[in-house]
Amino acid sequence: MQEVFLNNNASTKVDPEVLDAMLPYFCEHYGNPSNLHSFGREAKEAIEQAREQVADFLNAKPEEIYFTSGGTESNNLAIKGILRANIDHGNHIITSKIEHDSVLRTIEFLEKMRYIETDSIAVDEFGTVVADQLEQYLTNNTILVSIMHSNNEVGTIQPIKKLTAIAHNKEVYFHTDAVASAGKIPIDVADLDVDLLTLSAHKFHGPKGVGCLYIKESVKIEKIIYGGEQERGMRAGTENLAGIVGLGKAAHIAKNHLNRGGPQKIENLRNHFEAEITSRINDIKINGHPTQRYCSILNVSFAAVNHQQLIESLDQAGIKVSSGSVCETDQYKTSYVLQAMNVEEKYLNNQVRFGLSKYTTQDEINYTIDVLVNLVKHLRSNKKS
Amino acid sequence: MKKSIYLDNNSTTQVAPEVLEAMMPYLSESYANPSSLHSLGRKNRDAIEKARKEVASLINAKPTEIIFTASGSEANNMAIRGTARQFMGKGNHIIISSIEHSSVLHSLDLIKKWQMGETTELNVNMFGSIDPEDLIQSLTKYTFLVSIMHSNNEVGTTQPIKTLSDIAHRKGICFHTDAVASAGKIPLDVKDLGIDLLTISAHKIHGPKGVGALYIKEGVKIEPIIYGGGQEQGLRAGTENLAGIVGFGKAALLAKQELSDGTPAKIAALRNYLELGLKMHIPEVKINGHPIERLCNTLNISIAYVEGEAMLMNLDLEGIAVAAGSACSVGKSEPSHVLKAMGVQDKYINSPIRISLDKHNTKEEIDYTIEVLVKIVERLRSISPLWKPK
Repeated sequence: MQEVFLNNNASTKVDPEVLDAMLPYFCEHYGNPSNLHSFGREAKEAIEQAREQVADFLNAKPEEIYFTSGGTESNNLAIKGILRANIDHGNHIITSKIEHDSVLRTIEFLEKMRYIETDSIAVDEFGTVVADQLEQYLTNNTILVSIMHSNNEVGTIQPIKKLTAIAHNKEVYFHTDAVASAGKIPIDVADLDVDLLTLSAHKFHGPKGVGCLYIKESVKIEKIIYGGEQERGMRAGTENLAGIVGLGKAAHIAKNHLNRGGPQKIENLRNHFEAEITSRINDIKINGHPTQRYCSILNVSFAAVNHQQLIESLDQAGIKVSSGSVCETDQYKTSYVLQAMNVEEKYLNNQVRFGLSKYTTQDEINYTIDVLVNLVKHLRSNKKS
Repeated sequence: MKKSIYLDNNSTTQVAPEVLEAMMPYLSESYANPSSLHSLGRKNRDAIEKARKEVASLINAKPTEIIFTASGSEANNMAIRGTARQFMGKGNHIIISSIEHSSVLHSLDLIKKWQMGETTELNVNMFGSIDPEDLIQSLTKYTFLVSIMHSNNEVGTTQPIKTLSDIAHRKGICFHTDAVASAGKIPLDVKDLGIDLLTISAHKIHGPKGVGALYIKEGVKIEPIIYGGGQEQGLRAGTENLAGIVGFGKAALLAKQELSDGTPAKIAALRNYLELGLKMHIPEVKINGHPIERLCNTLNISIAYVEGEAMLMNLDLEGIAVAAGSACSVGKSEPSHVLKAMGVQDKYINSPIRISLDKHNTKEEIDYTIEVLVKIVERLRSISPLWKPK
């Protein structure tokens, strides 16, 4: 049976070149980067090289890159770290209704403890945040705005540059979770003018268990994990050496991929996929922005279809997908992202998220289209009878 | 050919080839997110649960009592700050020792800064041991957590954890131990020790860097410190470090085997041989740590009139890797907080080197190390204005 992995928004295959770069750092060059002897120094050099690669990928300075254990930790660090360092200036944080769990749950906890006050910006039917609301919500008490670069469920790309300008006009820090965007859209922190930006390696062909937070030089922030002086005192704990080397290599490869038109090829395939199912299956809805949407994602609602059945049937046919974010405990409950987009009832609880990658082939997509067309027809006819 | 002798296994260890082999599928073809509900995701979920069993087995815990983190430091932060949040309003007093790892010591920084509670640091004696009587005296009705390391990473002294946890439990107080330095060297049995929370780290037992675990006894309530998805029973958000966790499981399995096949005794014999050799050939040295209650692989030795860092650099030039203290304290020019707490005299406080062995070290390597070390000491002392040979 053909196996088609279309769950690349959940995680991606480690690029073989990334794995090659990582391998020496398990059994040969295994020093603790904090040590002063040669084992330690060569480990430290490898980490600093990775820092340069990631900085280059984001158009940042190497000293603005702080390695973490992943996107979730980076988002926690951005929000709690800014709060701890800036509590004297205020405690109001603005975010959007469609952020990742790691932003929403962090905010929710801080609010529950009455450490902060929050406002949440709405999105339109395409999942684009309503920029005017940011202006309204900003107060003298606001210390941080955190809005994702693109949404992991529907792929809508946010007008970050515009939003940053609004926040900076009031001298408020701006954080963006760019986990879903990395490797798909060029990210230039200088151009976007963001103060903090989150990345995760395993979403762009790096290993799981490593990410980073870009922190602009002048930003006042405090650590959230205490202990040793690793990451220039910003994040304690022995570094995930091989993982960090892998993140650096993945960033380097992703930069070349972006420069060489990689996303366009994936987008062509995605658009073919979208066009085919739109013409061959009725009563479906493509969720997300028609144009401001990243290349590899296709979130489709199938009216009158039980999506759990559909996803399980696709799985049996070798096609791996999900209904949305796999970080959710209950992945078949109503998507808060689609709800925020005011998706009509008919299309609300039957969406499937397809995520392509540079490894996805035309054959795989054609196979998927055929299987999908048949399955939807089958599931709908069963329902009627 | 230049020698390469690694004697810094308390800083980090080489990943065992079997561990890397176990990890490889999860760095290549098995890459699905373990939270994905499709067959590939479920298969990877199974791999994590297998690793959880292996880690649980190393410390005689139930698999459901193991929460994977990104490091020992994170697990220590979680044990202390996660418990503090849980007890907020009910108790406000934490007791630790003065020789804890920086990740325990500095976890209290925030609690102090926000005036969330009171802290007491128990003193240690000249061997680095805690007197249980001191713990009894320090407990108050507001104490909610005692955190004492199982063994010290710098000098290797092991603590009377069972006695200490008994004292805490008699007052109904939660007991945490940082067992990062002990894992793989001393059998750890959380049931026997009566532990509520215990920290371990993979890279100290020939597993990969970037993964650790917190044992949380069933029924003990703790709040997360990293929020987001529902991973790790809702206690630690973030996509799991799949390959790292699988590697940790394998490393735990191998460590358990080695604990029962006499490996620690072999390492101790070699360490004792090294200790004796250095004491015999170098006058005015001091062994830091307990003479008997000490990790099998650790030799912390102060050499009067020789700076620890100078020693380290000179040994490095000869291909021998040792540490001057904890890797997590590098960059600080002050003397070791552990040696200070032990009341080590001035003459010896700036000159410690930590030599930490593992199963791979050979008698030839140790002989060579003794020979080189003795020569370096002679040379460095000959240029020291303070050194007056007797």
